[in-house]
Amino acid sequence: MQKGNVSVFDTPQARFAFRMPLPPSLTHSVGRRLFRFLLTVQGLGAFALITLAVILTKFRVARHVVWPATRQQIARAGLNLLPMFLFISASLGLLVIGQSVAWLTRLGAINYLGTIMVIVVVRELGPLLTALLVLARIGTANVVELGTARALGEVEALEALAIDPVHYLVVPRVVGMAIGIFALTVYLILGALGSGYLWAFLQNVPLRPGEYFRQLTGALTGLDFALLALKTSAFGFIIAVITCYHGLAQPLRLEEVSYATVRAGAQSVIACVMVDALFIVIYLAA
Amino acid sequence: MHEVAVSSMRDPSTIVVEGVNWTVASGDYWVVAGLQGSGKSDLLMMTAGLMPPAHGDYRLFGEPMPIFVDSRLETRLRLGLVFESGQLFNHLTVWENIALPLRYHENWSKAESAAEVQRFLASMELEPWADSTPGAMARNWQKRVGLARALILQPDVLLVDNPLGGLDLRHLQWWMNFAEGLSRGHPLLYNRPLTLVITTADLRPWRGQKRSFATIRNKRLTVLGDWSQVEVGSSELVRELLMAETVRP
Repeated sequence: MQKGNVSVFDTPQARFAFRMPLPPSLTHSVGRRLFRFLLTVQGLGAFALITLAVILTKFRVARHVVWPATRQQIARAGLNLLPMFLFISASLGLLVIGQSVAWLTRLGAINYLGTIMVIVVVRELGPLLTALLVLARIGTANVVELGTARALGEVEALEALAIDPVHYLVVPRVVGMAIGIFALTVYLILGALGSGYLWAFLQNVPLRPGEYFRQLTGALTGLDFALLALKTSAFGFIIAVITCYHGLAQPLRLEEVSYATVRAGAQSVIACVMVDALFIVIYLAA
Repeated sequence: MHEVAVSSMRDPSTIVVEGVNWTVASGDYWVVAGLQGSGKSDLLMMTAGLMPPAHGDYRLFGEPMPIFVDSRLETRLRLGLVFESGQLFNHLTVWENIALPLRYHENWSKAESAAEVQRFLASMELEPWADSTPGAMARNWQKRVGLARALILQPDVLLVDNPLGGLDLRHLQWWMNFAEGLSRGHPLLYNRPLTLVITTADLRPWRGQKRSFATIRNKRLTVLGDWSQVEVGSSELVRELLMAETVRP
């Protein structure tokens, strides 16, 4: 058990800081917000490190319980969302091709269609869109489930049974979401690239499938594959950690679960966008 | 426990019981009585190791509590806790709730744990609900699931938080008989006598029984002794607890 891991949020001082009305002074207000932000970053960082440590140290512990739970989470954050992602991938292909073909034809730059698809879909929109959709469908559900469990005393029940709540509740969600987002991104990209060509064909773009495929492979590098895997796994890890943290790591009452859900959603979006910006810098530097 | 102070689970900065000097010996059957809000549950949660004592020294089988490290897990698992409202895992079925501690700590598959879980389901008359989630059961039965879950790891000490609260007479009688059986040695635990600590807000079901009694009032745990000493002392609190129905709103 890891009781007291995030104790900084359980102290009366921290609760006071979080709930006290903001004072009228601007400097106090800014200072208090900054203090809250730092506390949140500290708590999330500690929770992420604890989760990583539990994943590594308890990999083979209780595998008859934790591994099936992980498989269930992979299905939940991946396989079960596939129909929705097939629809989104078709739409994404239409969106990118529909907007770009007319301009590329006008500029005589239709040879760059594959390059545009790689830059927009593979490097940027695919991973980020997948992460945000999984956050909306599964991440928010995580906060509600764990927050309700926390409010109803189920976490105390786990501790009474000497079952580590991070190992039993968080690890399957983190692993499941990291794998789920990676897999869904791959399907989303493949679907968008395929539907993109279909829309181009329907718009009478003079581009043969072989040429389109050659453009795509020419624009892709080994770094794209490596960073795609890294980025999507990072998105999954971040969303799972933030949503589990807000549902589990702080004492909650039932009426606070909805607020925790909103906070977790907003922080997940911000964190994912920041990580995405970091990857853009890596692409540009490479 | 030596000079132990207990904080509230909800607000750790508030002390609810203090100056506790109390030893529970192997095979004891304690009934700790107190009005609602007196700190019985917090004392039990602290005893179960869910939080450290605010002050003082608390040892379980000679080892300082609470225990959070895996190397001392074996000692920690010698103690079981039954929550007042069961505190079952709502996403699991009754069968899965009971099997969870066994499967987690022993790393057993479903098939391996099936026979043991079945023994507990049968003994507690829970078979009809085995595949139901806790939400589909009445509260009376949820408490039994919580009891089965706490017992399946064969603990030496069992803490039970207000098991008789809100029960009808049939369930109340079942709990009294079952606790008696556990104390003497129940077949579920292979006839090994269990050390019991039970809290209550109503002393009437224990009237005249040969148990060890203690009360909590004004943040103090007072050890009374057996029933004859309860009657001799007959404090205002005991009188209130003996007519609990009329005292409680």
